[in-house]
Amino acid sequence: MLTKRIIPCLDIKDGRTVKGVNFVNLRDAGDPVELATQYARQNADELVFLDISATEQQRKTLADLVLQVAAALDIPFTVGGGIRSVEDVSILLKNGADKVSINSAAVKRPELIDEVATHFGSQCLVVAIDAKQIDGQWKVHLVGGKVPTEIDLFDWAREVAARGAGEILFTSMDHDGTKNGFANEALAQLSETVNIPIIASGGAGTTQHFIDTFTHGKADAALAASVFHFGEIPIPDLKQELKQQQIAVRI
Amino acid sequence: MVAIIDYDAGNVRSLQFALERLGVESVLTADPQVIKVAEKVIFPGQGAAGSAMEKLQQTGLDQLIPTLQQPVLGICLGMQLLCDATEEWDVKGLGIVSGKVIRFSDQVKVPQMGWNTISKLQTTLFNGIKEEDFMYLVHSYYVPLLPETIAQSDYDGAYSVALQKDNFYGVQFHPEKSSTAGSQLLQNFLAL
Repeated sequence: MLTKRIIPCLDIKDGRTVKGVNFVNLRDAGDPVELATQYARQNADELVFLDISATEQQRKTLADLVLQVAAALDIPFTVGGGIRSVEDVSILLKNGADKVSINSAAVKRPELIDEVATHFGSQCLVVAIDAKQIDGQWKVHLVGGKVPTEIDLFDWAREVAARGAGEILFTSMDHDGTKNGFANEALAQLSETVNIPIIASGGAGTTQHFIDTFTHGKADAALAASVFHFGEIPIPDLKQELKQQQIAVRI
Repeated sequence: MVAIIDYDAGNVRSLQFALERLGVESVLTADPQVIKVAEKVIFPGQGAAGSAMEKLQQTGLDQLIPTLQQPVLGICLGMQLLCDATEEWDVKGLGIVSGKVIRFSDQVKVPQMGWNTISKLQTTLFNGIKEEDFMYLVHSYYVPLLPETIAQSDYDGAYSVALQKDNFYGVQFHPEKSSTAGSQLLQNFLAL
């Protein structure tokens, strides 16, 4: 049986792992390669590296770091942040990334999704969507959630799937950093809207939140950062608890 | 020496690193002479079947691969291309294994992405790997159960996650990304 995935997210700035509360007030949580191998030993199913400074500072994700991670890691990982072209993707995949995550650049130029899917296959393309509710409507946001757009979350999800995204990483800006649980209603609706895997992101605070997002939220994977980085929820404990709740996980 | 067939097949860096971690030297090559004399050949694959077969045809590797005598391991799309046909763009495969690759139905999310259990393990390729161990998979198309099936998994029903025909082996999962079980499988292949 295909299992639900637990994905620690390592936000990277200047080659170090950081995690912001609501993307501000960054805290240093260590060396990315060391953290990555530690997570693999704990049975994390996948890792995501997001170069959070990349979009802001108009620079490419650190290809060298990807190479170091690939050399050390025997589980899959995704790299995102500042990817704008097929060339950007090519460098990261050649250095050993399994998937790339595209966010703002896809909103600005949706054809990028088609181009990457055609060149490298949908299996390596994650489209990340940051959204926030405005007057009860989920609207896509850009630049790490700072810039609102008029685009409806579900319309956009449908479009990215049709253009060839292999999966969607959905972050609710309303939930991110709150530790009050994932945006399960929107997540469940996303799973009904498109037929590609959905990764839940934003709001993890307790083990129950993961149980809820896999059941009510119908998520295929759940991503979190600080609860893992600071040892608040050890991944082996989380997985045991999920298993007890009859949720299929890899132990 | 292990030859990894080079036809621009996506992420082969991870495969090279996985072999390195096992202390094994590998060379990424499209040179028929090098491939022919290698002790083991790995045939990786990712992405679209159509463009992959096109690249193999352009370099004549489509003719070379079926003639190889040493153990050959197809990974992911590399396994699918061992078959004689695929629904994906109606592409013809290498025809080593008789079977047609088909797409998962809309009853499940496509692609299948993540860790699934493998079972009914046969041959020494699975030495030291337990029934219901987990492997990492990413694919939209699958090989149905065949006489050549040496391991199966279940997504949209039971299907082949590993095949063997003579010296040709194929695995749908990514051993290079499947933690210790995957590493064990690579080691088993190298020991053939």
